[in-house]
Amino acid sequence: MEADAFAADSNMSTDAAPPYPWSGTLAEVHQPVEAAVCHQALPIKDVQLTPNLPTKLLLDKHRDYIVDYGTKKDDYEYAMAEHLRMNGIYWGLTVMDLMGQVNRLSREEILDFVQQCFHSDCGGFGASVGHDPHLLYTLSAIQILAIYDALDLINTDKVVSYIQSLQKDDGSFSGDKWGEIDTRFSFCAMNCLALLKRLDAIDVDKAVQYIMSCMNFDGGFGRRPGSETHSGQVYCCLGALSIAGKLHLVDADLLGWWLSERQLPSGGLNGRPEKMPDVCYSWWVLTSLKILGRLHWIDKESLVKFILACQDEETGGFSDRPGDMPDPFHTLFGIAGLSLLGDPDIQPVNPVFCMPQHVISRLHISHQLL
Amino acid sequence: MSDYSSEEDSASEWVMYKDKPEWADIKPIPQDEGPNPIICIAYSDKYKDVNDYLRALLHKNEISERALGLTKEAIYLNPANYTVWQYRRQLLKALNQDLQQELIFINDIIQSTSKNYQVWHHRQVIVELMKDGSKEKPFTEEIIAIDAKHYHAWQHRQWAMKEFGLWDDELSYVEKLLEDDIRNNSAWNQRYFVVKHTTGFSDPEIMKREIKYTLDAIAKAAHNESPWSYLRGLLGAKLGDEAVVKFCKELLKSGCISPHLMAFLVDVAEEEMESQPAARPALLQEAARLLDDLANEHDTIRRNYYEFIGQNLKAKYGSPGATGDCPS
Repeated sequence: MEADAFAADSNMSTDAAPPYPWSGTLAEVHQPVEAAVCHQALPIKDVQLTPNLPTKLLLDKHRDYIVDYGTKKDDYEYAMAEHLRMNGIYWGLTVMDLMGQVNRLSREEILDFVQQCFHSDCGGFGASVGHDPHLLYTLSAIQILAIYDALDLINTDKVVSYIQSLQKDDGSFSGDKWGEIDTRFSFCAMNCLALLKRLDAIDVDKAVQYIMSCMNFDGGFGRRPGSETHSGQVYCCLGALSIAGKLHLVDADLLGWWLSERQLPSGGLNGRPEKMPDVCYSWWVLTSLKILGRLHWIDKESLVKFILACQDEETGGFSDRPGDMPDPFHTLFGIAGLSLLGDPDIQPVNPVFCMPQHVISRLHISHQLL
Repeated sequence: MSDYSSEEDSASEWVMYKDKPEWADIKPIPQDEGPNPIICIAYSDKYKDVNDYLRALLHKNEISERALGLTKEAIYLNPANYTVWQYRRQLLKALNQDLQQELIFINDIIQSTSKNYQVWHHRQVIVELMKDGSKEKPFTEEIIAIDAKHYHAWQHRQWAMKEFGLWDDELSYVEKLLEDDIRNNSAWNQRYFVVKHTTGFSDPEIMKREIKYTLDAIAKAAHNESPWSYLRGLLGAKLGDEAVVKFCKELLKSGCISPHLMAFLVDVAEEEMESQPAARPALLQEAARLLDDLANEHDTIRRNYYEFIGQNLKAKYGSPGATGDCPS
């Protein structure tokens, strides 16, 4: 997992990835496909799926890939990912649960690690032992504890007050005490508080107002008011609105149309116009459509084909595009996407929380879907 | 400057912190991988050396120039380590450092790892401290020249423009970018941003100018999604602007089969069905034909979408006496 803390890999001519880091390396696989145009022939940015790519789901390989990833702690790559370890554990744990083998990961070791990353003075979690607290890792930590039904291991009142302290007067959230503002952090905060059943601790109306101030002319959302619409931010904003029960504020038809425009001839989805398709958007775009009740607007068959083509037949795991290096991040979003598309061999995933549905059901957490 | 940088240290001259006499007072802290004994970690020696000393300084919260130098090394090795950036900001403030120098360092990091969130936030904090945004537009232009849709660069530019009121010439900059690549969605977004924050859209002359600009762009590349989104944004709840509809119908007549054009005309037809009950049967037929062509011929990957819209229109306006008020 090549790593840039919350974001796009440096080689990647692509987008920031909320709320979980982008990862994975790639050499751009860019084979232009000619599209029919009327006035000017311009190629569409897309990939071409060649016949040698996988077409069947290789679940056993993916399970082994995730289990092995966690044990290769002597890798340079693993060390370089220290600053996003907490996210990595959430990805691995969630995808193992979706693949029905969560018991192959060490509950004890993971819970020990999570507890060690807790800053009991302020109530936030760091990415790793000795790392500063941040909302991104606090969310992953709470998700891990929720999956293990172990929220009682930490002082959740402290976590609630940490999140509360990060809300600004305009309703937005900063990711940590240093003040970077992003709608991803609004979602992290509300997601966490929903899991802890403490949404009452923040000003939800103001949080919603801030999110709505980031809505653009195309119906989508960006990081801050005026920032370009980006599928990842769209998911975060819809997730936050869903948790707040305010989805009626969205122009679901306009945004649904923009989202379905993300599907390219290869079947894959991109994050913004004129960008390459990527497996992680199988989550962000697809689940946004699911939240809006418009999942059926895209072509399921060709998307499944694209996702399956991004599997690594040798090592297991999914990459961003066919032929690239796999990583746990794209593996989760590939599997979660297939779950949304109804693959019978994968456990149902919750579209708002990106966690196994049985966990959300056990916790009786409510949210809105259109 | 005591804040020595790693470019000066070629690989052969690199001296480990553990071998530097001036660091002998520090006991390095190795990475703690948790309670379970884990295999020895084979990080690169340099990475391990720098980070072990960094942990030691963080632990005692040392405020010193050598600490500042060490954060620079650690950032070069892994710019995504957000804890190092936070420590560095603390040091810069406490040591009253020259922030112009810091901007040079930031440029260097952004050149090599421009998609990193931390370095862009760091730049924003430093520029805020300096209260001088004059370098931010030229700086982001350099990045945008390499990657025209660079999300962080655009975000930073918008922040600086708002913070320091740098609105002049932005529209012509955007137009230049759109001349280079009319499909640059980030530039279209920026166009909306500039107009909204300067003249606004309420002046009819501005609206006319924007509509004309957008239609000209569509005429150049009718398959380009961005101006169609922009057009919908401009028109808002009422798509049926006379000049726009005339343009679209002529474009269609000329044989253009852009899905955006056809879908737009479907939406216009729906508006008309709402306002002209007498014309419903003809309008519905027209919309159905467009949707049919889209679903079966011109944009088959979105067939489900077009079929859904078609069924909705039929349910709403298809039966005699349908009021249009009661969607299924």
